[in-house]
Amino acid sequence: MQLVKPRLVVGLIIVSIFLLLGFVAPFFAPEDPTAWNTYFRNLAPSAEHIMGTNNLGQDIFWLLTWSIRNSLWIGLSVAAFATIIGVLVGLSAGFLGGFADRILTLFMDIVISVPSLPVLILISALLGGKTSLLIIAGVLVLFNWPWPGRQARAMSLSLREREFINVAQASGESSAKIVVLEIMPFVLGWALANFINTILVAISAESGLAIIGLSSLKDATLGTMIYWAMQHQALLLEKWLWILSPIFAIMLLFIGLFLVSTGWSDYFATRRGRQ
Amino acid sequence: MQFAKFLFSRLLTYVLVVWISITIVFFVPRFVPGSPVEAVLGRLMSQGTTMDPKLVQSMRETLTQMFGLEGTLWEQYSSFLNRVLLTWDFGPSLANYPTPVSVLIARALPWSLGLMLTALAISWTLGNLIGLLAGYHNKSMTSKAIETAAMVMYPIPYYILALLLVILFAYIWPIFPFVFQVSGVPGSWPWIQSVAYNSFLPLMSIVIVSMGWWIISMKAMAIDTKEEDFVQYARYRGVEDNKVMVGYVARTAILPQITVLALSIGGVFGGSLITEILFGYPGVGTLIYRAILGSDYNLILGTVSLSIIAVATATLVLDIVYPFIDPRIRYK
Amino acid sequence: MIRIKNISTFYRTVQGTVKAVEDVSFDIYDNEIVGIAGESGCGKTSLMKTIYGNVESPMYIASGSIELEVEEMGQKKVISGQEIHRYWWEYISYIPQASMSVLNPVVRIKDQFLDSFLQRDVRTIGKQALLDRMAAYLQELELPPEVLQSYPHQLSGGMRQRVIVAMATFVHPKFVLADEPTTALDVVIQRGILTMLMKLQKQLQNTFIIVSHDMGVHYQITDRMVIMYAGKVVEIAPTAIIFERSLHPYTEMLINALPRLGDDVQRTGISGRPPSLLDPPSGCRFADRCYLADDRCRQVEPALLELEPGHFVACLKREPGKEWSAHE
Repeated sequence: MQLVKPRLVVGLIIVSIFLLLGFVAPFFAPEDPTAWNTYFRNLAPSAEHIMGTNNLGQDIFWLLTWSIRNSLWIGLSVAAFATIIGVLVGLSAGFLGGFADRILTLFMDIVISVPSLPVLILISALLGGKTSLLIIAGVLVLFNWPWPGRQARAMSLSLREREFINVAQASGESSAKIVVLEIMPFVLGWALANFINTILVAISAESGLAIIGLSSLKDATLGTMIYWAMQHQALLLEKWLWILSPIFAIMLLFIGLFLVSTGWSDYFATRRGRQ
Repeated sequence: MQFAKFLFSRLLTYVLVVWISITIVFFVPRFVPGSPVEAVLGRLMSQGTTMDPKLVQSMRETLTQMFGLEGTLWEQYSSFLNRVLLTWDFGPSLANYPTPVSVLIARALPWSLGLMLTALAISWTLGNLIGLLAGYHNKSMTSKAIETAAMVMYPIPYYILALLLVILFAYIWPIFPFVFQVSGVPGSWPWIQSVAYNSFLPLMSIVIVSMGWWIISMKAMAIDTKEEDFVQYARYRGVEDNKVMVGYVARTAILPQITVLALSIGGVFGGSLITEILFGYPGVGTLIYRAILGSDYNLILGTVSLSIIAVATATLVLDIVYPFIDPRIRYK
Repeated sequence: MIRIKNISTFYRTVQGTVKAVEDVSFDIYDNEIVGIAGESGCGKTSLMKTIYGNVESPMYIASGSIELEVEEMGQKKVISGQEIHRYWWEYISYIPQASMSVLNPVVRIKDQFLDSFLQRDVRTIGKQALLDRMAAYLQELELPPEVLQSYPHQLSGGMRQRVIVAMATFVHPKFVLADEPTTALDVVIQRGILTMLMKLQKQLQNTFIIVSHDMGVHYQITDRMVIMYAGKVVEIAPTAIIFERSLHPYTEMLINALPRLGDDVQRTGISGRPPSLLDPPSGCRFADRCYLADDRCRQVEPALLELEPGHFVACLKREPGKEWSAHE
């Protein structure tokens, strides 16, 4: 049987392209990509400006790379914190068991059930456009850690019954050491899939807020890029590249991330199945 | 007995979820810098009208009372809980004074529910049907093509597809309106036609994306179920192929899809809020948006609280109904 | 009757071709209970699937043919292997190993039972009439008619298996195939099911084919036995003769592994394992585990020979003209 499916490869290629565009390309930007009137306005695509310029005098390509950079940062940091918190809480719940487990599980269930978008809208609305990306990222972490948490709990419950844990326990290792050394490697495989999903959720939430003008409007993200394009009549001026490039970037990035996450889950499941 | 226990724990979670969410909604404005009263006053001042400081002071008092910001924190909190959970009275709307917030919500809610439920019904039915066929005949090329299409559709957020549809079909190729504008007498045939025409793009943006997931998950489930002993044995008993697919594979594989439907309601609701705003669709999403633009504090709190309660309640209802659909759970 | 001619059934796998059944020929007669015995991994279930016409990728028929011959209203009708699946349930039916998962967990028994009928038959006969007949049939088989209203998980394991037997035999098929029908059940229930199968066969005067690794099951109900080893038939004989004076050392080994009344020594069980069917050894496949084997056994493949009327054996040491003693 084929171990690495084409979907994982395609996903990895797409995501790598975005990582290059977001984290490497901005270093080569000749000017600050967010500054207005750096160039002549509304230039058509040319060798110098491969996607042309918009009517704010920004180079659309460099603006796009900068937006990708910021969106990826939000996604990666939210996913990292949410996964770390989730895995730690979930493992403790599963491993401690009993009353502590019940309370933690209930808590995770409740947080999962609270609709996060209305709360985000509320916060941003009250801050009146002065929201910072940090606040948005913080709230997203608060709402997203229970997903990896529940999964980690379920995994540690099933792992607890396995032989090697008993052996470790019998040989007098401390609980913390068992969690870190014996259970972690198993959990990390799943956590990675979850991590990628959370990147997706976080970028999606921020862009959604941004499009209706509720994100941090001074920072360029894929969402705010769409927002500014709409605010400055990109549609009526038929500046399609300005508004469509972030839209297609989001679509492609999400498809790539999704392919990687399902592809990795499959790969990990088959690999585990073979052991 | 078992069911009573399940019902009790499920209701308890529901009450806790609603309570904690409402508490969050209550405290967020109080931790965020800037008072909503000053925001309104500031907006009035910036419009250039010079006002008598006495008038400003009396307005400040009226607004404070109207926004429920009087008294100690505890008094405010208990009166807020009372407003949200018992009386459903969020006070008057500022932008549409003196129309109560509850009336505005009651007007917008049917639109939102109509859009969401229609979209969910279409995408769930169609997606599961396609997924079932693709899973039951999973070796065919069509099945693989369908899965690829679904994998590409699913990860796209609703509002991104909504934007794309607007750009494609309202600007580049303008066959649909880009502003939601219904004409005709409500309830009449031309009115229904006009609603359908105007709702088509918002509906499609939700249907296409959410259908992706139903196709992917149903296909996977159908492939697994197809290998189950009872499906194989049904074939050995001479049960016809179509009957095996519908009565054995679909009937079992559909059950988890109902649970997932419950879980997905929150996401669809959240996503459709933004979709509504993009299309100017007259539902709760657009109401929230208008409230934000007009610093309509009561309306913001009302619509956000309502969204939370609506999602939690819908999830609760599906969870409770589920055991009646799956006999394995009922009799266990 | 069922005519099996030189059938070979293989599986395609990544590691290579698994030769699950190789060059097997024998006949199954009307009105008898035939047992197919052997350890697991000897090709019993593959042979069963082949007879049932249930050959799906990665399994395929490499050579040979199977024919069902049915006499209906004085007329002979021959059904070839590829067509068998059209006659499932009607002429030939299947009883799977007893397990929780054989019946649809979310559908009542009566509806699952009705599913076997064609829509048009249900309409002409009438749903209620069919259910009444089924209820009467269940009562004959010592099952309360209420089981029709139940879901599978509300029945005990034994009851579920009886329901399955009832479903499989309701329209009086000429052939009934049962794959380890009692394996997962406890001894008392096992006996009940076996008695039920025997009674049914007497009543229906049809053919039962029972696959089981348990020689005890064969002893209790079969008339004739086919012993398989590593994809090959090694011995065929009436059950009484198999237990009285089997000729193949493998059969001997299976019988000796059976616990007997009054035994105070624990039985040693069966030592060793059947060879891999990916690359079966040349010569006699049992040679490596056989106390009689010599060099010739490892080189020459024995043919299945009829040593006395109705008694076939594939063993070089038992070929006519050889001097041999039954036990060393």
